Amino acid sequence: MIKMTNISKSFSGNQVLKNVQFSLEPGEIHALMGENGAGKSTLMKILTGIYSRDSGTVEVKGKEVHFTSPKQAEDAGIAVIHQELNILPHLSITDNMFLGNEETFGRSGIIKTKTMEQKTKKALLDLGLDIDPAAPASSLSVGQQQIVEIAKALAVEAEVIVMDEPTAALTDREIDTLFATIRELQGRGVSFIYISHRMEEIFSLCDRITILRDGEYVGDKRIAETSFEEIVQMMVGRELGERFPQRNAAIGDVKLAVKGLSRKDCFEDVSFEIRRGEVLSIAGLMGAGRTEVAQSIFGYKKADSGSVEFDGRAVKIRNPKQAKELGIGYITEDRKSEGLIVDFTVEENVSLTNFSAISKNGLISKKKERSLYDSMVKRLGIRTSGPEQTAKSLSGGNQQKVVIAKWLGIAPELLILDEPTRGVDVGAKKEIYSIINELAERGVAILMISSELPEVIGMADRVLVMHEGKVAADLPKAEMTQERIMHFAAGGGNHEVKEQ
Amino acid sequence: MKLKNSNQSLLQKIGPFIGLIVIVLIFSILEPGFLSMNNLLNVLRQVSFNALIAFGMTFVILTGGIDLSVGSILALTGAVSAGLIASGIDPIFAMLAGLLLGAILGAVNGFIIAKGKVAPFIATLATMTIYRGLTLVYTEGRPISGLGDNAAFQMLGKGYFFGIPVPVVTMLISFGILYFILKKTTFGRRVYAVGGNEEASILSGINTDRIKIYVYSLTGLLSALAALMLTSRLNSAQRRQVKCSNLMRLQLSSSAAPA
Ligand SMILES: Nc1ncnc2c1ncn2[C@@H]1O[C@H](COP(=O)(O)OP(=O)(O)OP(=O)(O)O)[C@@H](O)[C@H]1O
Ligand SMILES: [Mg+2]
Repeated sequence: MIKMTNISKSFSGNQVLKNVQFSLEPGEIHALMGENGAGKSTLMKILTGIYSRDSGTVEVKGKEVHFTSPKQAEDAGIAVIHQELNILPHLSITDNMFLGNEETFGRSGIIKTKTMEQKTKKALLDLGLDIDPAAPASSLSVGQQQIVEIAKALAVEAEVIVMDEPTAALTDREIDTLFATIRELQGRGVSFIYISHRMEEIFSLCDRITILRDGEYVGDKRIAETSFEEIVQMMVGRELGERFPQRNAAIGDVKLAVKGLSRKDCFEDVSFEIRRGEVLSIAGLMGAGRTEVAQSIFGYKKADSGSVEFDGRAVKIRNPKQAKELGIGYITEDRKSEGLIVDFTVEENVSLTNFSAISKNGLISKKKERSLYDSMVKRLGIRTSGPEQTAKSLSGGNQQKVVIAKWLGIAPELLILDEPTRGVDVGAKKEIYSIINELAERGVAILMISSELPEVIGMADRVLVMHEGKVAADLPKAEMTQERIMHFAAGGGNHEVKEQ
Repeated sequence: MKLKNSNQSLLQKIGPFIGLIVIVLIFSILEPGFLSMNNLLNVLRQVSFNALIAFGMTFVILTGGIDLSVGSILALTGAVSAGLIASGIDPIFAMLAGLLLGAILGAVNGFIIAKGKVAPFIATLATMTIYRGLTLVYTEGRPISGLGDNAAFQMLGKGYFFGIPVPVVTMLISFGILYFILKKTTFGRRVYAVGGNEEASILSGINTDRIKIYVYSLTGLLSALAALMLTSRLNSAQRRQVKCSNLMRLQLSSSAAPA
C-alpha cells in the first residue's frame, strides 16, 4: 500500500531522520513507536506532504509520489489525525468538521449548514459523543476536540488513515468506541498507521509494529511474535526495568483539605484531603469534572461554594498567582493552549513561572535564566537543539516535559498534575514517575489526574473516582483494581462491586 | 529574543529598510537638498512625535491589542496642559499634570479592556470619541494660545541639544529606555507572554490584567509626551491639532511600526 525507503530529513542542520524505511500492507493496522523525538510525527508529515524529504522515496500503491500538500495526500486516499489538535476555537463544531470541504448549494458558495450539522451530529454520535454540532468548538474539552478530529479524518473516505496519538486525551470508554470503529473500517479494507505511547493499545489493536530510535529504523515485528519487553528494549536501546519505580515517602500532616466544593454544572460537593508525601489520584471518565476541580483549587475558575484549607488554614485562592505564592503548582492538561507559549523559546517558557528566581528588581538575569534552563533540561532529560529552540518545534513528549519543568522550578509544596504523561514515551514516563516519587519523598503533596488506569494503580496511594461531577469512591491502595475504578467511574453503586 | 522573528525570512526582516533606502534615494535625486543635515534633522523632528506614540503602540500590539484613542489622548492632554499654562499655572506643573492625565486616560482604556473584557478595538474606539468630546468641551472649540516663554516648555518642542532638535533627543532616549524594558525586564517578558498565549500566562501565575492596564497606561503617557512636544512646537493647542487625516496617519504609522 505504502512503501517509504531511505527517508532522511534535517531541520536546520539537525538530522532527525536517517535512512528510515516503512511499509504498510493493505488492511493492516501498523503501529509506529519510538521515544519522544524519535521522528514518528516527522515521518508521517513527510508521507502526507507537510514536510519535504531531503532524500528517499515514497511509493503509494506501487507508484512513486511527491506530495507537496496534505490536500494532495488526501486526494490520494491518505487522511491524517495530527498529534497537535487543529481546532479553530471560534468556529462551530460543524465548521471545524468540514473546514476546507464545506458542502454548498451547487457552486454558489452558500453553505448547507443544516445538512452539514446533521452529518456532524451523526459522525460524532458514532464515536459516542452526543453534542450540539452548532456549539463553538471552544466549548469542547480536549478529549472531545480529539474526537472531532478523529471524526473529521474518518469523514473523508480514505484508504489509509494515519493516527498520531489519537487517544492521548481520551479515557477508556471513548477508546473502546474508537477501536471498534477502527476494526470496522479495517474489515472494509482501510489500513491504519497508528502512533501511540500506550503499550496496552498496541497489543490489543495492531497487527504489526515499526520501531524508530533517534531518527533511525530499528526494526519491524508482527505483534503476535513480540513482547512488551522486546518493544521497550528496541525503543530505548536498553532494559528499562520496573515500570513504576519504588517510593519511600513518609506520609505526614494534611496539606490540602477540600470541603464541599461545588460549581454549577461541573462538580458537586467534592471533599477530600491530601497529606504531605501522599500521591492522590483522581480517576474518572471524560467530563467527570476532574480538571474543573483542579482548576478551581488553583483559582483559575471559581467554585460557587465550598472551602479549601491549606496547611490547616482556610484560604481563598482567587487566581493562579495566589495559588503559586502559596506553593501550588499546576501542570495543565492541554499543553498547547494552557501550558506553553508555543512561539516562545524553551528557555523563555521555563522562565515563565520563575521570574522571582531569575530576576532582581524586575531585571532578568540572563545568566540565572540560562542556569535554570540548564538544570531543568538535565533533570528532565528534555531533548532540544538548544535554549533558543521554539517550543512549537519540540516533539510532543518534550513539550510536556517543558511544562513540567516550569513548575519544578518553583519548588511546589502541592503539585497538581493533570494527565502528566500524556504523549510521553515509556522511558520518559518512568522519569516523570521518579520525579513524582522524589517530590513525594521530600514531603510534597501530589494530586494526579490521570486517565491511564495502570498509571493510577501503579502510582497512587489513594484514588478518588469521580462520576458526573461527584466523588463516587475514595479507594485506598489495597482496594484499587482496574475493575473497581471503572465500575465507580461508570456510575455503578457501592453494592454491586464484583470482586475478581 | 528569538520569538516570532525566527521563522521570518531575511527579506521579511530587512524589507522595510530596503523600502526606506529606496525612498531616500528617490527624494535625494528629485531634490538635492534632501540629504542636507538640516533637512534630515527636520524630518527626524517631524517623525519624533509619531514615533513616541508608535513606541507605546508596540507594547499594546505585543499584548494582542490595539489603541485607537492615542490621537484623542494627544489632543486632550495637549489642550489641558496648554490651558493650565495659559491660566498662569507653573508650566512645569502643567506639563507633569498633562503626563499624568495621559497615563490615567490610558489606564482607563486598560481597565475597560482587562476588567470589563471589552475587545480593545471596541473599547478604544469608544474612548477615542469620548476623549475627543472632552477636548471639544474643554477648549470650547477655540485654539489655546499665549503659552508664555517658560524655558523648559519652549525647549521641549523647539529647543536644540548640541545642534540636535530636542524632540529627536527625547525620541532617542525614550527608545533606549523602552527597548531595555521590553528586552531585559520581567515586565517586558510578560508583555510578550500575554500576547503569545493569555491563558497559559494566567495559568503561569501572571497577572495579565495588570500587564494590560500598565501597557495602555504607558501608551497614554507617551501620547501625552508627544502632545507636550507638539504644543510647545506649535506654541498653541487646538482641537483641530489632530485632524481626521492626521489621526488616521498616526494610527496607521503606529500600527505599522512593530510589524
Ligand atoms: N519544524 C521543526 N523544526 C525543527 N525541529 C523539528 C521540527 N519538527 C520536529 N523537529 C525535531 O525533530 C525531532 C523529531 O520530532 P517528531 O515530532 O517527529 O518526534 P516524535 O517521534 O513524533 O515524538 P513524540 O512522541 O514526542 O511526538 C525532534 O527532536 C524535534 O525537536
Ligand atoms: Mg509526535
